[in-house]
Amino acid sequence: MGTSAEIRAGVVAELLAIAPEVDEADLVDTDLLRDQVDLDSMDWLNFLVRLHKVFEVDIPESQYASLRTIDDLTSYIDQHR
Amino acid sequence: MIEFAMPALGADMDEGMLNEWLVKPGDTVTRGQIVAVVETTKAAVEIECWHDGVVAELLVPVGQTVAVGTPLAILAEPGEKAETSAKPATTAVAGPAPEAAPVGHRLWVSPVARRTAASLGVDLKTVSGTGPQAAITLHDVEHAAATAHHEAPKAAPPPRQVATEPQSAAERARARGVAMRASIGAAMSRSKREIPHYYLSDEIILDTALAWLSEQNAGQPITERLLPAVLQLKAVALATQRFGEFNGFWRDDHFEPAPGTHVGVAISLRGGGLVAPAIHDVAEKQLPELMADLTDLVGRARAGSLRSSEMSDPTITVTNLGDKGVDSVFGVIYPQQVAIIGFGKPAQRVVVVDGGIRVATTVHSSLAADHRASDGARGALFLAEINRLLQQPHEL
Repeated sequence: MGTSAEIRAGVVAELLAIAPEVDEADLVDTDLLRDQVDLDSMDWLNFLVRLHKVFEVDIPESQYASLRTIDDLTSYIDQHR
Repeated sequence: MIEFAMPALGADMDEGMLNEWLVKPGDTVTRGQIVAVVETTKAAVEIECWHDGVVAELLVPVGQTVAVGTPLAILAEPGEKAETSAKPATTAVAGPAPEAAPVGHRLWVSPVARRTAASLGVDLKTVSGTGPQAAITLHDVEHAAATAHHEAPKAAPPPRQVATEPQSAAERARARGVAMRASIGAAMSRSKREIPHYYLSDEIILDTALAWLSEQNAGQPITERLLPAVLQLKAVALATQRFGEFNGFWRDDHFEPAPGTHVGVAISLRGGGLVAPAIHDVAEKQLPELMADLTDLVGRARAGSLRSSEMSDPTITVTNLGDKGVDSVFGVIYPQQVAIIGFGKPAQRVVVVDGGIRVATTVHSSLAADHRASDGARGALFLAEINRLLQQPHEL
């Protein structure tokens, strides 16, 4: 996966795998994920584990707090993979 | 010959529909093997066999709804020649099935049916059961109670038909949601009706535990990291070892302590409802193993696939609503357990430590306990023990 559009699509795909009730059309990339999707800490960890596996990117726990939107995740993955 | 009966699946599930047999006559089964799948209002439950043997006969066809305690299959003991004639069985094996119908007589009654009959004054001997082996279901008792006012009990209604008309996935999900609300309602109503709850709360400073956890996780790949929830589960399990009166069951007017610490974890389901299946032997497990168990359990609960032993034997429950943003949660005890521990959200709060004002990350813990089994003074010590254990995370 190369372009940030492709990364973004991958991020959303993994998010929907965790929260299948979400309508992709309702997601706003710059809004806080926690306000848009019902994710508890187990869901969040599973989501990041999926991103780690798909994009082969390491996400230290200390980074969790800065990854709050789809945009945050997309650019983090783009910079670190 | 051994009768293998439908195990109890918790206080809010007294029947299920046999969805699938995973064994057939002639197959050898071992203790713990999954032999069937039963559909309940909350999940597809994989039914584990609790005896070694050879399947002689399957008694319940796929598609039939059966009450807890109903014989599902006849097993020949190892070495015994498998006969296929259904003789009156002498033993019923349902594993940890505390609520299974009593063995040794022909009257099979589901637990909820028995309770309802008692409260409605229905004589079970006059009720015609429509379940397999003429087991009496809740439906039969209610039917008998409704007709008892104006006539003598009459012939049994026709056996319940399994809905065969095609349903869309959305309709099935909706029907399941309605059924799950009814199950939760029945269990929680019973809890509030029968269990004299008392409630205590404590505030736990988490700085030490969270710092220790960060340090642990920093050196680990994301797949091996621990959540604070596993520290809480382990602390609760260890605390019950010193405060056994909170780990077990209230049955037949007395407390039965449980030998193991099988901690039920309240798991909310997407789309509504919850389940509280057990992680087994929490006190004996290391944190990484507990984390793996918790991840697996949450995943399977949300996918709607659980095992009968997980449903039937939690000895105490932990509910954590911290991720939903509440400060504290006071639980409703799951019958026949005697305690539920609640955790709210960890947050920075102003606390007084050693006479000085400090900002610390704290969490509010709570205990709801059955006053028949314990008193507040012991409950307070139990909560304090959980607090003490969470101050020493390296020992968890």
